[in-house]
Amino acid sequence: MKAGRETRGGGGSRRRWGAARVATAVLAAALLLPWAHAAAPAGPDGEGLAQVWRFLRLEDAAVRHVVWGTLLLGGTCGLLGGFMVVRRMALVGDALSHAVLPGVAAGFLWNMSRDPVAILVGATVAGLVGTAFVSALCRTTRLKEDAALGLVLASFFAVGLCLLSIIQRLPAANAAGLSHFLFGQAAAIGPADLRVMAIVAGVVVLFVVALYKELVAVSFDAAFARSQGLPAAFVHHAFMFLLAASVVIALQAVGVVLVSALLVTPAATAYLLTRRLSRLLVYAALLGAVAGLGGAFLSFLGPGLPTGPLIVLVASATFGGAVLFGTREGWLVRFWRQRAGVGQTRRENTLKSMYHVAEREGFAHAGITLEELATRRRQTVEEVRALGAELHRHGMARLERDLLSFTPEGRRRAGEIVRNHRLWELYLTRSANFAPDHVHDHAEKIEHVLGEAAVRELERRLDHARRDPHGSVIPSAADLERSNWGEPGGRAR
Amino acid sequence: MNAPTASPVPPPVVEIHDLTVAYRRKPVLWGVDLTIGPGKLVGIIGPNGAGKSTLIKACMGLVPTQGGWVRFWGRPFGEVGSRVGYVPQRETVDWDFPVSVMDVVLMGRYGRIGLFRRPSRADREAARACLEQVELLPYADRQISNLSGGQQQRVFLARALAQEAEVYFMDEPFAGVDAATEASIVSVLRTLRDRGCTLFVVHHDLPTARQYFDHLLLLNLNVVAFGPTAEVFTAELLQRTYGGRLTLLSEVAQALGAQGGPR
Repeated sequence: MKAGRETRGGGGSRRRWGAARVATAVLAAALLLPWAHAAAPAGPDGEGLAQVWRFLRLEDAAVRHVVWGTLLLGGTCGLLGGFMVVRRMALVGDALSHAVLPGVAAGFLWNMSRDPVAILVGATVAGLVGTAFVSALCRTTRLKEDAALGLVLASFFAVGLCLLSIIQRLPAANAAGLSHFLFGQAAAIGPADLRVMAIVAGVVVLFVVALYKELVAVSFDAAFARSQGLPAAFVHHAFMFLLAASVVIALQAVGVVLVSALLVTPAATAYLLTRRLSRLLVYAALLGAVAGLGGAFLSFLGPGLPTGPLIVLVASATFGGAVLFGTREGWLVRFWRQRAGVGQTRRENTLKSMYHVAEREGFAHAGITLEELATRRRQTVEEVRALGAELHRHGMARLERDLLSFTPEGRRRAGEIVRNHRLWELYLTRSANFAPDHVHDHAEKIEHVLGEAAVRELERRLDHARRDPHGSVIPSAADLERSNWGEPGGRAR
Repeated sequence: MNAPTASPVPPPVVEIHDLTVAYRRKPVLWGVDLTIGPGKLVGIIGPNGAGKSTLIKACMGLVPTQGGWVRFWGRPFGEVGSRVGYVPQRETVDWDFPVSVMDVVLMGRYGRIGLFRRPSRADREAARACLEQVELLPYADRQISNLSGGQQQRVFLARALAQEAEVYFMDEPFAGVDAATEASIVSVLRTLRDRGCTLFVVHHDLPTARQYFDHLLLLNLNVVAFGPTAEVFTAELLQRTYGGRLTLLSEVAQALGAQGGPR
């Protein structure tokens, strides 16, 4: 039995993931195609199309740098972002990404050039100093983390902006590439940058694989991990260091302002798609890589298209796809379920009214008139005709002119609903000390959702009572089987 | 009192000496002394803010101390940490964290597995046995977000059992748990004690404290009393522990009355 459940669970989540993957792929394609089309005729002599071709063939060294660079930075940020999101540290990522800016400027000032290693070191140090400030503020003042984060984020960012604007006026400086750090430009990724990216990405993957167990333990319950003698402090600080380094390698392509989205969005998408941490991390890394590559591709299509915003838009589009089409808790699925539920409740209520009319006449007639039903429901004949037609469509009743009669299925369901209602009323008055005039509204809701097992249990607890608190007969299982009231073959009216 | 024996006396299982802890210079524990041997089930009781959680965290080095020391078998915690188990308060973790019940229980083995290594088949078997003990084996593959409060508490207990420790610190393992679960947790605790483990359990309910524990530590910033339940659970000592809190006093009176104790 156990094994059966496991298999079912696994298959279910595989199917769910399959559907979600298709949905996201469709959405991504829907987003990409118009862009490609719009861009193709935009340039003179089909230059856009030529750009697409140039990108796809990967023969150009510059294109290869962009492709590898965005894949690496997207995947790295996605992977660490996965841990960040499950640790509820999303805002820390935001603060970190802004806090690195003064370090970028300092790294540039080091030898007055855009040396990737100097910038990596400077920016990582600045990021770590920023997060150290946040935790120091939390420890030594009454401020909570959100205020401390907001404060540090803004201050560091402001310092960085000042430094950058000073640098751009320095006569000796070749500051051409520095504005890319604000908004991102994937085309600026050179071979030296790519080497740094590859090293950071390699270290991150090695770290996560080697210390996966410790990372998970520290993320879930740091105090417990420490009590066991796990190197919780080391794991945490190493994680923050690599997070800062990943932010820095993403800076050039995505820009300071938006880089935190690359940490949060792919991980948030993955969070919606699975509840297994190992899968979540793989999905987040893949989605990050896809976003990086997709954004780089889009920005390649036209001059002046910024990479950072496009990368973030691709990531947001996949997130939107997961929110809309996710088979686990997507809006579409929810809407569909809710709509189906509303329709079914309406039909069951119509059936119940028909039962009440038939019951008052001692189940003497095969059908009831729309007139009778309208009186019972305090509605117009036209309104109940629509309800009758709906039952007809669903095979629950037959509507012939003004006469409505149960089909066998409709008759069974009507009996069940009435039984559920009256059983629940009796249960509430007998076992939960409700007054008889308080139980109707509760039973109106519960009658539609009581399963057979719950009904059996209720009948047992109530000693198979025959009458509800108001004196009406509770139809038993035998009644539902036996009676042939309401069938066209019965006594015609 | 005890006659001196010929063999050298083994060091006590836990010895706390003059332990002092302060949060932002406000003392929360003052000069705590305590010595205890193996096979004891100790309830830690005291009013809110008495330092109950702080005491067990300080014992495991989870909060900085201002003075004093704690020894296990005569050695500092750092050397014997793997022989000390912990059940933190249930609210301290995010129960939406995407892991399964089995994953959490396996975390109890991480201390002994060692760095860079994955849990072995033997670790999994041990974790399954612990889940069986708290009657959660059918839930092994469930996501922890689908558990009730009582089930969450038992997952934490199973994780602690997986540590196979000799001393346990448990922070309110009965919080938000129904009567049936409480009874099953108590029986697990007693089994551990009978095996020779020493357990410290932070507890809130006075009447049941008297039934469950063979020793009580009455705590309010410092140790008001520590000893066998029969000797320590008296109106006078409880009143000193809880001070002038009327509601709790009446609770104490009720608890004593129900047991036919002094009024």
